[in-house]
Amino acid sequence: MKKLLSGNEALALGAYHASIMVAAAYPGTPSTEILENLSRFDDIYAEWSTNEKVAMEVGLGASYTGARSLVSMKHVGLNVASDPFMAAATTGINGGLVVVSADDPGMHSSQNEQDNRHYARIAMVPLLEPADSQEAYELMSYAFDISEKFDTPVLFRTTTRVSHSKSVVNVIGSRKTPSRQPNFCYDQTKYVMLPSYARLRHPLMEERLAKLAIYSDTFPLNRIISGDKRLGIISSGVAYQYAREVFPEASFLKLALTHPLPKEVIKQFAGQAEKLIVIEELDPLLEESIRSMGIEVTGKELFPITGELNPDIIEQGGIKAGLIKAAPKQKSDYSTPKLPARPPLLCPGCPHSGIFFILSSLGHRSSLPGKPSRKPKMIITGDIGCYTLGANPPLVAMDTCACMGAGIGEALGMEKAGVDDKIIAVIGDSTFLHSGITGLVNAVYNKGQITVIILDNRTTAMTGHQDHHGTGITAQGQQTTAVDLAQVARGVGVSNIKTIDAFDIKALRAGVKSSIESPELAVIIVQGACAVHIPKSANSRAIEDNLCDTCGLCLLIGCPAIRNEDGRVYIDASLCIGDACGICQQVCPHKAITSTAIKDEKGNE
Amino acid sequence: MNKLNLMITGIGGQGVIAASDIVSGAALAAGLDVKKTDSLGMAQRGGSVISHIRFAQKVWSPLVKAGEADILLSFEKLEAARWSHYLKAGGIAIVNNYTVPPPSVSLGKECYPDDTEITGILKQRTDRIYFISGTAFAKELGNVKTLNTLMLGCLSIFVPFEIDIWRDCIFGRLPPKVAKLNFSAFEWGKTEMERILNTRRSA
Ligand SMILES: Cc1ncc(C[n+]2csc(CCOP(=O)(O)OP(=O)(O)O)c2C)c(N)n1
Repeated sequence: MKKLLSGNEALALGAYHASIMVAAAYPGTPSTEILENLSRFDDIYAEWSTNEKVAMEVGLGASYTGARSLVSMKHVGLNVASDPFMAAATTGINGGLVVVSADDPGMHSSQNEQDNRHYARIAMVPLLEPADSQEAYELMSYAFDISEKFDTPVLFRTTTRVSHSKSVVNVIGSRKTPSRQPNFCYDQTKYVMLPSYARLRHPLMEERLAKLAIYSDTFPLNRIISGDKRLGIISSGVAYQYAREVFPEASFLKLALTHPLPKEVIKQFAGQAEKLIVIEELDPLLEESIRSMGIEVTGKELFPITGELNPDIIEQGGIKAGLIKAAPKQKSDYSTPKLPARPPLLCPGCPHSGIFFILSSLGHRSSLPGKPSRKPKMIITGDIGCYTLGANPPLVAMDTCACMGAGIGEALGMEKAGVDDKIIAVIGDSTFLHSGITGLVNAVYNKGQITVIILDNRTTAMTGHQDHHGTGITAQGQQTTAVDLAQVARGVGVSNIKTIDAFDIKALRAGVKSSIESPELAVIIVQGACAVHIPKSANSRAIEDNLCDTCGLCLLIGCPAIRNEDGRVYIDASLCIGDACGICQQVCPHKAITSTAIKDEKGNE
Repeated sequence: MNKLNLMITGIGGQGVIAASDIVSGAALAAGLDVKKTDSLGMAQRGGSVISHIRFAQKVWSPLVKAGEADILLSFEKLEAARWSHYLKAGGIAIVNNYTVPPPSVSLGKECYPDDTEITGILKQRTDRIYFISGTAFAKELGNVKTLNTLMLGCLSIFVPFEIDIWRDCIFGRLPPKVAKLNFSAFEWGKTEMERILNTRRSA
């Protein structure tokens, strides 16, 4: 049957058809939909884990009992999970274990750009790279077979463009009931990595890699597509698709198992091509390995090492190398005009808006239109989530954002270094559970005086509203015990804890002011459900033109429903969520914002 | 219709991705190879969204090359201008006549280009520019969210899949509650586009 599937959907279906029993993940773009899709099958167990490290451990434990399991995460997730990943590579597995790393070249939704193919080398494990949804589907069953045949976890690397593109998949398989009953075979030499046993594993890992190298040369999806012998192109992943588009005549060696490399196949292919180039996204892994085999090859000289590739960029590389001719110039040379950017914004009714408005105002970050800007006060260490948008204008109320969970540790470090400023760490609820708790334990224990604001919006909003351990609902929709954030804070030794309604501007202002003055570490839990979960109420807010003096204070909330067109400030009623929010009404110094006035609503046409 | 590079653009929340899923599904149902890919900034709502859709007997790259889009379907005027460099010379631009000022404009830091500027930008590529009062009509229909299927109706004049294919794809992709209304919006869009083409021809 032919279906139009995203790479992530195809990958999940492939894993399901490969008879997996357990799936574990922490959300992260572009990997999130893998577990979302798997969680819909009720004959497998699928969970959102607290973080990627835990997900990896759950997958590893399941594998030890013989169950096939899949663990998925975004590229930086593998940094978090790298410790158990290396452990898995060392002990080996029992049931097939596939680790999906969804990389994000071009950083569509990430804090850094890293090429996780490197992890396959460090861990000495096989690496598979699909180039579209069809391959994502097909490669999954190979991945589990390879994992079991060679007693190794398999690293399955996709990228945003593969995970999030949709293409046609010929769904040929179906799920077979797993043949093995889960059963843990006691074997300390394999599973207890005391140095004496671990020492036995390293030579086995080397042996494994050597066997895999032979296998790679026979792998059916590492294949040569014969064309014009003057140009041979070696490629993998989505870069291969772009290359086929740009060089339709060339010969190709299309790789899917890229670690260890199929050296014999590469030698054979290189021997037939007059000129050999490698087209790969991000780091020159294939290129350098091939060059180290003594084969002459070009790659990163022509195609950039940073950012996402696309057919235009590859064409430019081809022109530079004289491999293709530049297209005839368009008649009218196209000038790209400078247009106002349209960055993503906190939604209308977002529970993060109020607290960021307060931080922005207390921290002197924004100023009224026409007024000079002020010198910032307070340091606001941030974290990752929808609330990172609080760093954008008009709020500008975040000063650091490194990686998940970093804000609390950074805040303590700044305090201990001795800065004079008040320091506030802001962190989302899912992020706090992911990796903020350990930072809080540390800050309390080491007598920090920082203020920690936890944004409890009852969801993992940024990645598409997954439940988390604070919501009380599992990935497969079961009720469970929700973590009580205030109790956690109390449990680790915080005594100054406030819980404040996210839409109560006065209370937020008072709460932040008293917490930063407090001589001990303070925790503020800002509670308000994500606006996407709130049904829109009829009572949208409106601005009474005769009362509004267009001071622009309400515009500093950064609410997308509040607009200024040609000097008139108005609220787009179709966006405002009404009674559930009301922040602008509390902020307006002229009481010009009312709930019912459905005056001359600007239709905006 | 056996080969097309299409771009759909708009603002997060306007239904660009659902629209792109529907056209892609229609191309598959019509027996073609299809690839599509969406780019949306880091969050859910409010940012600029672009979807690339390609169909043919065989498609390699999911991304359209700059200057090679046959059609640019835009749900907002500034977004039409922003992505216009993807349009091929003489391509078709179908633009919802609707303005959403981005934050920098609301804060008075930048200016929203006026209609002459937007048309001027598009004209560097093509004269085949069609403005549609999509949002206004979708509001009249009672649900602004039908804008995306309405715009697909306009598109359908240039992408002549059978009407049953379009209907099945709309009903297959959208919740049953709203699918019918969306199909009405689609039909309105189709009629409106026909009307515009006829007036231009007779002019
Ligand atoms: C290690 C790692 N895993 C996953 C992500 C992707 N990610 C970024 S923020 C975030 C969680 C956001 O949830 P929350 O903290 O509750 O904030 P919200 O978006 O709801 O405001 C996730 C999963 C990441 N950036 N890094």
